[in-house]
Amino acid sequence: MNFDKMNRRIFLRSSVLAGAGLAMPTIFTSRAWSQEFCNAPTGSSVVLGFNVPQTGPYAEEGKDQLKAYQLAVKHLNGEGDAGMLNTFKGSALKGNGILGKKVEYVTGDTQTKSDAARASATRMIERDKAIMVSGGSSSGVAVAVQSLCQDMGVIFMSGLTHSNDTTGKDKKANGFRHFFNAYMSGQAIAPVLADAYGKDRRAYHLTADYTWGWTQEESIKNATEALGWETVAAVRTPLGAADFSQYITPVLNSGADVLILNHYGNDMVNSLRQAVQFGMRDKQANGKNFEIVVPLFSELMAQGAGDAIKGIYGTANWDWQLDNDGTKAFTKSFGEEYGTPPSQAAQTGYVQALLYANACEMAGTFNPEGVVKALEGFEFDGLGNGPTLYRAADHQCFKPVLVVQGKESPRDKYDLLQVVKEVPTDVVTYDPSIFGGELGPVSSKC
Amino acid sequence: MGRPPADGMRLLHFPARGGNIMDQFVLQLLNGLDKGAAYALIALGLTLVFGTLGVVNFAHGALFMIGAFCAVVFSRLLQLETVTVDPEKLTPWGSPMEIRTPLVQAWLGDFGAFLVEWSVPLSILFAIPVMLFVGIAMERGLIRFFYRRTHAEQILVTFGLAIVLQEIVKANFGANPIPVATPPALSGSADVGTWIGLGSIYYPWWRLIYLGFALVVVGLVISFLRFTTYGMVVRAGMEDRQTVGFLGIDIQRRFTVVFAIAAVVAGVAGVMYTPIVPPNYNIGMDFLVLSFVVVVVGGMGSVSGAVLAGFLLGILQSFAAMNEIKNIIPGIDQVIIYLVAVVVLLTMPRGLLGRKGVMER
Repeated sequence: MNFDKMNRRIFLRSSVLAGAGLAMPTIFTSRAWSQEFCNAPTGSSVVLGFNVPQTGPYAEEGKDQLKAYQLAVKHLNGEGDAGMLNTFKGSALKGNGILGKKVEYVTGDTQTKSDAARASATRMIERDKAIMVSGGSSSGVAVAVQSLCQDMGVIFMSGLTHSNDTTGKDKKANGFRHFFNAYMSGQAIAPVLADAYGKDRRAYHLTADYTWGWTQEESIKNATEALGWETVAAVRTPLGAADFSQYITPVLNSGADVLILNHYGNDMVNSLRQAVQFGMRDKQANGKNFEIVVPLFSELMAQGAGDAIKGIYGTANWDWQLDNDGTKAFTKSFGEEYGTPPSQAAQTGYVQALLYANACEMAGTFNPEGVVKALEGFEFDGLGNGPTLYRAADHQCFKPVLVVQGKESPRDKYDLLQVVKEVPTDVVTYDPSIFGGELGPVSSKC
Repeated sequence: MGRPPADGMRLLHFPARGGNIMDQFVLQLLNGLDKGAAYALIALGLTLVFGTLGVVNFAHGALFMIGAFCAVVFSRLLQLETVTVDPEKLTPWGSPMEIRTPLVQAWLGDFGAFLVEWSVPLSILFAIPVMLFVGIAMERGLIRFFYRRTHAEQILVTFGLAIVLQEIVKANFGANPIPVATPPALSGSADVGTWIGLGSIYYPWWRLIYLGFALVVVGLVISFLRFTTYGMVVRAGMEDRQTVGFLGIDIQRRFTVVFAIAAVVAGVAGVMYTPIVPPNYNIGMDFLVLSFVVVVVGGMGSVSGAVLAGFLLGILQSFAAMNEIKNIIPGIDQVIIYLVAVVVLLTMPRGLLGRKGVMER
């Protein structure tokens, strides 16, 4: 700028332009300033955002989860048979929406990719004014969206995410997880494996190369090594690889006698079937029968894996064949609506939607500050998992963990898993500091 | 495939520790050949279509996927059931229980059971006419309108077509992989090591069959192009379409047939792949990008180049996944194909067996 030519008129004009430029960002967010908190509902309805994988390796889990969210909305609005609203102990829900506002929802496809999931969650929050986002079906996605929701001032009720990081090093004050985690799987399954296969075993891990796979590998390694097992190798595999043969054949000559597949969804279906095709379940190593373990699996994956799942041990968050009132009520509602029993992905999604709605009712507000306070330390029962605590320190749910096994003689295509053991909550409870991370302050402003 | 008794009666034994590096070499070579067979079969069709019609067909992976679903449909047809409702028994959600009776076994007895068990190889007979129809419909209905358009436009329209086909399959079959059973007689492993005098090295029968099948198909296609009059005219058309036209030959019709043949090759490759990887709607996309790299490395429009590059890249990808290699260069298994492509294109810009003039005008 040539200051020699500066006069009063030019100075005033420049100042006005500079002032307008500086004020511009706040003009676009002026509506936010007028709100007490982000996306505060003003009309007669409230919008929830369901962000699930409808494509990609976890698509089937995502589709089932979406059905459950839709069912939850129906029940929250007082339609249908009310499902687990009838069995929910500790409930403040009235069946007239949330705080008298009708529940509406928007959906998004995470594509099982973090960037796509963040884009779709952003759209839900900014365009559709979603007050809460729920979903996941992949820990990479859940961690990414949880962080986004923290930044954007809305609550994130994660769906199917099993990485220790979600409520560990990446935990956020606005994020809550009902699903169990890899540490709990390790603590629950290791004693069962020791009973079934002995304490002198050599394990080879094939691990999905992202946050969930890493933490599951670490948790299962720690739990099995504590029982006397040795870890021969832990090999990372790309997410979404269709043919795992080049990763499976090195197992054959490694000296291992157990293969642990830290894979989920389609990856697990493919790697397990291929391991069986390579004859691993017909062979012996170190004088023992060769065994395969899948630490986390579900009914949907068992359907994809077919006969290969028979006899395989794993853990699950929930199973539709559990004998309790909440499970029966939910299975009945879901079965009548969709003609199939619900998966564990569906149950956790449904429960998260109910828990969020209930927290709003308890707090008497949609403000994340109040909702977080209501959920922290909340104890409930009747939602299918028995007595459950939402721990305040890390926003992780604590409840019994199921050790399951593929059935040898299933009755039909839905009767594929049997619950071998319900591991009590105290066995899988841990000190929240072991995984690090800080919840930080609750965020409620857009 | 049931669980064998856990009483130490298993026949096959793994080495106690370490194992033989030669065993690893043989196993990874077989894995690479197997992977390469799938790449070669898809790349073969891609390069044929490119060489004849000049079209970059991103929907070619979808043809592989449709072939795989032909096996699913055929096995479902063989397992059609009559469904009756038993009001006495209830599902856990309270609806009346369905009683299912398989029709083919009821009608044909043991022969019906045999058909069900061998449904994958038999579905090739079903897939060939389906793929011929799909190929001709795709070429006549859409692709032919894009012959004179730019490659970018061809890629956009064929990629769009691939997405539409995927979504149709997803809407009808769901997103989950659908398990297709290997014929029980071929579900075990062969002792390949004994065949070549290296002791016991086991490899799944079906993967060996897939490799043999791919070699036969590749041989048939190359023989068709090289040793038949029809193939000769097609090759002449690939060299100089205009002159062949002046001789009164309807080269366009022959190219349509070549497109249909490429579709059949991709389709039967998909059928035979189903016992290895349970098909889902995305299975073609998984192969498509790699197959394009194969075509480029082999040389655009070169059939033998596609086959050579397919096997070469498959083998390299398998060896790169060995722990011994990954310990030296972590993650090399996921980039090796692209690294080789870069090196080949820098040193041989037309690819391994590329012809002069293709993609250079």
